[in-house]
Amino acid sequence: MINHAMMFAGLLFVIGAVGIMIRRNLLFMLISVELMLNAAGLAIAVGGSKWSQPDGQVFLIMIFVAAATGVAVGISLLLANYHERKNVDADELSLMREREPIEQ
Amino acid sequence: MSIALWTVIIVPFVSAFVLLVIGAYMPKKAAGAIGCVSVGISWVAAMFVASDFLREMPPDGFRTTLYTWMDVGGLNPGIAVRLDALSLVMISVITFVGFLIHIYASQSMYDEDGYSRFFGYMNLFVGSMLTLVLADNLLLLYLGWEGVGLCSYLLIGFWYKDATNGRAAQKAFIVTRVGDTALAIALFWLFVSFGTLDIKTILSAAPAKLVAGSAAATLLACLIIGGAVGKSAQIPLQTWLPDAMAGPTPVSALIHAATMVTAGVYLIARLHTLFTLAPPAMFAVAVIGTLTLFYSGFSALVQRDIKRVLAYSTISQIGYMFLALGVGAWTAAIFHFFTHAFFKALLFLSAGVAIDAQHHEHDIFKMGGLKRALPIAYWTFLIGAASLSALPLVTAGFYSKDSIIWGAYSSPLGAPWLWVLALISTFITAVYSFRVVYLVFHGEQKMEVSKHPGVLMNLVLVVLAFFSITAGFIGMPESIFKFDPLVRFLKTAFNTIPAYQNHANHAAEVMLLTISSALGLLGIFTAFSYYRHNRFAWIVDRSPFAKAIHSFFFSGWGFDWLYDLLFVRPYKTFAYWNRSDAIDNVFTGLASLARIGNSIFSSLQTGRIRNYAASLILGAAIFTTIVILRTKL
Amino acid sequence: MKLTWLILIPTIGGILAWIAGKRNTLACRWIALAAALADFALALSLLAQLDVSAISGKPFVQHRVPWVSALGINYFVATDGLGLLLILLSTSIGIAAVVASWREITDHVAEFHLAIMVLLSAIIGTFTAYNLVLFYFFWELMLVPMYFLIAVWGHENRRYAAIKFVLFTFIGSLFMLAGILGIHFVHAGTSGIYTFDLPDLQGTIMPAATAMWLMLGFFIGFAVKIPAFPLHTWLPDAHTEAPTAGSLHLAALLLKTGAYGLLRFAIPLFPTASLQISPLAMALGVVGVIYGAILSFAQQDLKRMVAYTSVSHMGFVILGIYAGTELALQGAIIAIICHAFATGALFLIVGMIQERTHTRDIAHLGGLWATAPKIGGFTLFFAMAALSLPGLGNFIGEFLILLGTFQVSRTAAVIASIGLVVSAIYGLRLIQASVLGPNVKNWTLSDLNARETAVLGAFAAILLWIGLHPQPIIETARTSLIQIRQDFIATSAPLNSDSGRINSTILPLNKFESRKNTGRSTND
Repeated sequence: MINHAMMFAGLLFVIGAVGIMIRRNLLFMLISVELMLNAAGLAIAVGGSKWSQPDGQVFLIMIFVAAATGVAVGISLLLANYHERKNVDADELSLMREREPIEQ
Repeated sequence: MSIALWTVIIVPFVSAFVLLVIGAYMPKKAAGAIGCVSVGISWVAAMFVASDFLREMPPDGFRTTLYTWMDVGGLNPGIAVRLDALSLVMISVITFVGFLIHIYASQSMYDEDGYSRFFGYMNLFVGSMLTLVLADNLLLLYLGWEGVGLCSYLLIGFWYKDATNGRAAQKAFIVTRVGDTALAIALFWLFVSFGTLDIKTILSAAPAKLVAGSAAATLLACLIIGGAVGKSAQIPLQTWLPDAMAGPTPVSALIHAATMVTAGVYLIARLHTLFTLAPPAMFAVAVIGTLTLFYSGFSALVQRDIKRVLAYSTISQIGYMFLALGVGAWTAAIFHFFTHAFFKALLFLSAGVAIDAQHHEHDIFKMGGLKRALPIAYWTFLIGAASLSALPLVTAGFYSKDSIIWGAYSSPLGAPWLWVLALISTFITAVYSFRVVYLVFHGEQKMEVSKHPGVLMNLVLVVLAFFSITAGFIGMPESIFKFDPLVRFLKTAFNTIPAYQNHANHAAEVMLLTISSALGLLGIFTAFSYYRHNRFAWIVDRSPFAKAIHSFFFSGWGFDWLYDLLFVRPYKTFAYWNRSDAIDNVFTGLASLARIGNSIFSSLQTGRIRNYAASLILGAAIFTTIVILRTKL
Repeated sequence: MKLTWLILIPTIGGILAWIAGKRNTLACRWIALAAALADFALALSLLAQLDVSAISGKPFVQHRVPWVSALGINYFVATDGLGLLLILLSTSIGIAAVVASWREITDHVAEFHLAIMVLLSAIIGTFTAYNLVLFYFFWELMLVPMYFLIAVWGHENRRYAAIKFVLFTFIGSLFMLAGILGIHFVHAGTSGIYTFDLPDLQGTIMPAATAMWLMLGFFIGFAVKIPAFPLHTWLPDAHTEAPTAGSLHLAALLLKTGAYGLLRFAIPLFPTASLQISPLAMALGVVGVIYGAILSFAQQDLKRMVAYTSVSHMGFVILGIYAGTELALQGAIIAIICHAFATGALFLIVGMIQERTHTRDIAHLGGLWATAPKIGGFTLFFAMAALSLPGLGNFIGEFLILLGTFQVSRTAAVIASIGLVVSAIYGLRLIQASVLGPNVKNWTLSDLNARETAVLGAFAAILLWIGLHPQPIIETARTSLIQIRQDFIATSAPLNSDSGRINSTILPLNKFESRKNTGRSTND
């Protein structure tokens, strides 16, 4: 029987994943990524408590570090992009040209 | 004798080569001289050969080889010629009549462009025709066969600037090619069955190898008939000959009257053993000949163009020759070829004089009264028409045509309707020949004479007229006077098969002769009386039914229309519809598929993070599901 | 060593021409011509070495150098009578191609001559390679200069045509590559030796199904090149858009490499499988003959018309090769050689007409005989060759093919004989549309100059000579064909020229009757 906490962690993960796919605002995409990381952390903590080991919570701290680092990098990229384009629209980031019709 | 024999063949080829390659750079008179002299040399050599042959009379004929053409897989034809009675008669006629026509043409074609080209083609033709009749093996015969077809194409389309002539030439070539294909298939079959294409070997081995009357023998003979009807313009491949009159008149005289169109007759006569082993096929030859001679007579009756009358007349006369071949009267067929060459060439050449004299007008209704203006042309044309109508006793045509009718009557292979139709056709022949005589030469002169024939042309006409009268005297029927050296000579070429036993007697022969003479004279009388009072036009104008029949005859009994419907239009439509090659659509389809694939897959490259993230997550979800499912199962 | 020189001389000449061409185009042309002539002379000297009375069809000159022996790849070039005929053909066409481009190609002359010479080398390499990987190398190498010839110096639609040409032949060759690797491994499986050399691979024992698949790989590769009926659609575009010299090489040589491949590789390596596929192959040949002829008739572009005649003629060749009798095979060889000269000449003439009138559209041509009688006369001559007029070599080839086919399949021969009629239809249309008829556009053209007359005259003389005296070609090819037939027919009859003829009055209608009952030891 899956632990309710695990289900909750999975739900959080899916919400985060969907959030990345759907949201257009870069900041909210970052928040969604954070949400996914937190969900993973929750899952590992719950796993540790199931086996009554402290390893889960130890690894949770690692995840927090990784998340924070990621957020730092992400926020700085976002800020640099905002200075360039004056918006935080993810769709504006595409440098691809219009698709041209194929030549004969 | 072999040197003389090779001279006969090779000299025209050499002069053709010279004329075609450098003829444009030499003066007209030189080109004309080379053209005529070469055929003249051929003729003289042929006469030497003839005298040698008649003196020695080798029983198996005379054979000589130049070299082996090829030797592969059991096929080893040589460039070899065989002379026997049949081919000797053929080459005598071809070279003599050819020489006369060349002389005529040297004057009549003098003002034309491409004079040397004309003589080059004519000589090439004479060389090919001689090769055809002298060939010792069927492959060399086929070379001559196609060679004359080529020259016919080139000469019909001689005045190439007019596209109509080109179309007529194409029609001639393609229709005869259909026949040639049948002949080629017959050649394959003969080789596979007999292991050789040597004519004499095939003919002597045939009775042993082929079962008389079997389906195989009949089919083989029918294929050969296919080839023969193509070149000889018989049903069903006769539609090209009337249109072939687009060529210059000497061409019509030489190729489409005297020689090339008789190649089919020669072929069947040469391969007679194969035909006697296939009675249904022989009867088919007779039937084809009879039907053709009957139908074309009616077509000749209503034509307006003088040359088209003569063309249908040629078709008809060759039908007589086929009839003779079909009933086993081999010598009668060749005898008729012999006389026909003279009087038909004569008719064409004197018609040519009339045409040239009337500003190249071909319509007989626009000509008239040339009797006084062109006396020699008139008398020679008259003699020719008389010979064609088989005027009794004094013309060559009488003896040869009646030997055919007699053959159809008396032969065990004949049937009553064959000779009845042939007799009726005698009447029609006389009517249409003298219709032309009356309309062109009698009555009021409607046009000024623009050009009088030259001395050489008149000379040729007179010589041909002489032979149109006398050529028959060497084949007189037994009931009149026993003097037929030509027929007896020709029989030596057909001595491998027993002569047919005729089951009739002298009295019947005389009666037949009387009937056909009467019909001929009746026809002449009918023609004169009708056209004097122009009764035909009156009948045609009055009745729509008569008009329909008139146009039916005029169009050659609708054969052109039928072939156009069955073959020409479907072929052209399909070719045009498929001209971009429908098969290519398969491959351009593949290319389009690739292009579609490209557009589909490149639409995945949006440049947007969200889309890439979505594909990542989707992939991860699928992968995880699979792993979970696999570990669960 | 001579064969290697045969392959190398054109390349070396090409490189020298390229270097010279940067400075002086005339020098470039002369160097290329000299290289081609030297190659031809070398090929002629090989002819002297040929001994036609030898019974065995083994190669009479070879050069073998181990290359990557561990994999069985060796530089192994050799030739027998058949190969020698094709080498002579290649070198003479090579000369004609250089001469034909004398005035037609005016930009990038140096690169052009480099391309043409490398192409010639690749072709000669294809005709002499006896190691499968080396053969494949030269086979693919032919595509590269040809692509550039079409794409750079071609006509309006050249990009499409060049890409189409490369894709078609390349994909076809991939099938052949599969076959090559297949037989390599099958041979290694049964005998333990890893080799790609042709003589070693002959006689490999393998199950019938494997043989069929491998043979199909080879067959498809060659069928695209020949071109066989459904895979022929690259040809009209490639031929039409290529420059004259390119068309000449394409029609006269590249197509023949396909036929050569069948004779040298597909049939000897897989005799039983070839026998099994021969009805299909003959049917494809027959269809190709008639289809190509009909389509040729329908074209408005003069060059495209001539291109489709190639499809028709090569249909005869496929028919002859797969009929398998001596007559048919000899006919196929003669047809190959004569087609090269006749169709090559027609392409030359179309090129000459295009140079003068700047059009290939029939609607604008016509009536050229009056102003350029030499063009008229040569067009007539070569069109007559194309419709197999007796007296010219093409007739001999087609007649022997049909005769040989009749020995094994009467239906195929009879249907293919229709090709005589349809070829007349397109041949006469060709003449009528280009040189006869009224001169509607009032062209006044300069007639052929000495250079052009010389090339066309030489081609005409060759066709006439072959038509009247084909025996030298027959003799030269005879031993190689006996070798091929020995494998193909699988009969225990003695190996002389009579064994092609079936000694019966009426053939059995089922042609396999005479073949099914003969035992066959090695393949299957």
